[in-house]
Amino acid sequence: MIAAPPATLREAVSAIPSGSTVAAGLALEHAIPFAVGHELIRQGTDDLTLVGPISDLLFDQLVGADAVSRIRAAWVGNVSAGTGYRFREAVESDAIAVENHSNFSIALALKAGALGVPYLPTQSLLGSDVFAESDLFRRGEDPFTGDEVAQVPAIEPDWTVVHAQRASPAGDVHLWGNTGIVDPAVGAADNVLVTAEEVVDGETIKSDPSRTAITREQVAAVVECPYGAHPSPVAGHYNRDNEYYLDYHDRTDTQAAFDEWADEWVYGVEDRAEYMAKVDADLSITEPTVAAEVRYGQ
Amino acid sequence: MASEYTPRELMVSAAASEIDDGDTAFVGMRLPLIAFQVAVSTHAPNSMAVYESGVVRDSPADGFIHTMCDLPNLNRAVSTTGMIDIMSRLQRGDIDVGFLGGAEVDRYGNLNTTRVQAGDREIRLPGSGGACDIACMAGRTVLLLPHEPRRFVEEVNYVTSPGHAADGSGRETHPAPGGGPDALVTSKATFGFADGELYLRSVHPGEDAESVLADFPWDVRTAPDVDGGEVTTTPEPTAEELDLIRTFDPDGFWT
Repeated sequence: MIAAPPATLREAVSAIPSGSTVAAGLALEHAIPFAVGHELIRQGTDDLTLVGPISDLLFDQLVGADAVSRIRAAWVGNVSAGTGYRFREAVESDAIAVENHSNFSIALALKAGALGVPYLPTQSLLGSDVFAESDLFRRGEDPFTGDEVAQVPAIEPDWTVVHAQRASPAGDVHLWGNTGIVDPAVGAADNVLVTAEEVVDGETIKSDPSRTAITREQVAAVVECPYGAHPSPVAGHYNRDNEYYLDYHDRTDTQAAFDEWADEWVYGVEDRAEYMAKVDADLSITEPTVAAEVRYGQ
Repeated sequence: MASEYTPRELMVSAAASEIDDGDTAFVGMRLPLIAFQVAVSTHAPNSMAVYESGVVRDSPADGFIHTMCDLPNLNRAVSTTGMIDIMSRLQRGDIDVGFLGGAEVDRYGNLNTTRVQAGDREIRLPGSGGACDIACMAGRTVLLLPHEPRRFVEEVNYVTSPGHAADGSGRETHPAPGGGPDALVTSKATFGFADGELYLRSVHPGEDAESVLADFPWDVRTAPDVDGGEVTTTPEPTAEELDLIRTFDPDGFWT
């Protein structure tokens, strides 16, 4: 797919049907695509399979909104407070299926998908119940040395969702800061949805090609969405809203409490701008580090 | 001689002392975030930290960090790469020491962060994250746990992060390349591992060995049992360390 025009968040998210496998939260605690998650909830998209490493609050919120049937992840919770109550209750009541991964195994599963190979071997997992209690991984032997390895099968998500600092309308994307497993998840996906703090012209992207992390051929839609990752931080744009994480923890220990929270923060707002108008926190960058100039030239 | 300090401040100091100068440390959440910053500011100026998010640092963050991805930890990092890069270094055997927490630990250092039994009820915890990978592949690991009797169990409910082999044979028969647990730091004492099994190394100031060991459901060996040494007293955090800890965590959120 080439050069999708910029879309509204609502249009872009409506292309993700119920029952999809969606990879998100791929840069770990940085640049989590909360705006997309909340729009999925508002649109009533459900029966989702979520894929991610440390998912932080996003997966807990989608579980609380009954949008999820299965999670393939290494860690689901609230990084500030530990437990994600909606996830915990859903697992304990068998309301969702969970495939336990380690961070590396979810990375390798997506990397295998990106490489177009059926599995990748690793020296991790062996000796753990992550391996022993799963019917997913296989014990194998390195055909060259005979050493024992764990085999991790590929995951190819229907959709990978990425929040970035800037993207062109054509779908070329600059992002910076740590990338977690964004790269393999983009490579493995059938479709990529990008939300960006800014949509910029193509010449801006081409002025710094080393920073281009995603190119247009995989990108189904680009949406300009300032603060699209709040309450997570975005390098160069805003800090983490720590109090929001703690407030969420305090307010979601029962389903009724979560529903009240979601009425206020998800269903009760029309869009991201209305959501951000409710946020009362100073998220400004205190250290305006600017990278030294880079020259390409001829 | 240090002034008053909290048990978690002492744990940070003890964890920092496990990072040697020149080490590459795999830094996880919570107390290790502070411990690396203390170590690189004091006795280990040539140490490096890698974080599974992709961050690589050789200096303290310039503000409080809740998580490894907070902007002060990205700012002036050496590199902000991705997880495959970081985990590949781990798998190649290039990481000297990794830190792990957990809900439960057994005598061989197996850790559980996935699900625990509370009476008839099984409680789901967040899961491995990178813990299983660090446990399998770091040169050695340092375990950090609050000193609570329910956390010390004969057999963990779920092995999220493998320790030494359950028969005490150590890592020789284990397929993973890492060296396994080397120390356990609790809020009351510090333990080592010998022949794949936990033993009491030092008690924190104000604690005594007898009461510390009473919290375990098995007879824990002590330094005299292992090498004829003695159970020492864990050094208190120095005034410099306390000052640094309170600079890196000014509101005491983690400490």
